[in-house]
Amino acid sequence: MAEPMKIRATLQGDVADVRILMMHPMETGQRKDAKGEIVPLHFIQSVVVMHNGKTVLDTQWSQAVARNPFLGLRIKGAKAGDKISVTWTDNKGDKRTDETTVAPAP
Amino acid sequence: MNPPRRTFLQLTARVGALAAAWSAGLLASGWARAATWNKAGFESKTLADVMKSLGATGAPESKEIAITAPDIAENGAVVPIAVTSRLANTQQISIVAEKNPFPLAATFDLAGGGEGYVSARIKMGQTSDVWAVVKADGKYYVAKKEVKITVGGCG
Repeated sequence: MAEPMKIRATLQGDVADVRILMMHPMETGQRKDAKGEIVPLHFIQSVVVMHNGKTVLDTQWSQAVARNPFLGLRIKGAKAGDKISVTWTDNKGDKRTDETTVAPAP
Repeated sequence: MNPPRRTFLQLTARVGALAAAWSAGLLASGWARAATWNKAGFESKTLADVMKSLGATGAPESKEIAITAPDIAENGAVVPIAVTSRLANTQQISIVAEKNPFPLAATFDLAGGGEGYVSARIKMGQTSDVWAVVKADGKYYVAKKEVKITVGGCG
């Protein structure tokens, strides 16, 4: 199972600034390992971000997204304590979901 | 007016309405399916093919789209890209690195409540234009910015 994501959601006015860091190798299928064999494609294909159970961002990614992907977004009309949940799925069918709550403005 | 004819007309009208509703439903589910992985787009090898797969061929450039990316990225394996769209009702943002082996890097579908902003980090093989393809109110707009790469990040 994949490592947990780091999610930070901070309120700025009525907009939640959400930053997500996922732990994933994001192999392009073009890189060769020490033995000269091509490392097979392994990357996150889809990331879904939900705000209080409602989808706010549905992404499709290719292998061109960098290793340990970062995703930043802003959610309008958010309040402190709102629930943000993030789910990613990779091309091998592996999945991970993590949740956080929106922190009040600092 | 003879009654059978009238019933017949009413029936046809109803069937017609049903058919319209049904095809609308089909279209709607087609939209829902669009959120699944755009295989054609991600396997396209040229910018033109990517635009075609998105349905954005010939989209005009818009000043309302801002791409935040470094002018020179030393490491092509991690190029931070942020796209801000001030277009009303921004529905989708795609990031395309023109000279990558597979140019389409990511597509973001913004549902209600999302602001026209996304940021991510992508890999780039070489110096190239980065395109932001934004769908707002059903229409496509593009913007581009050149990013110079010192060391490629696709190998």
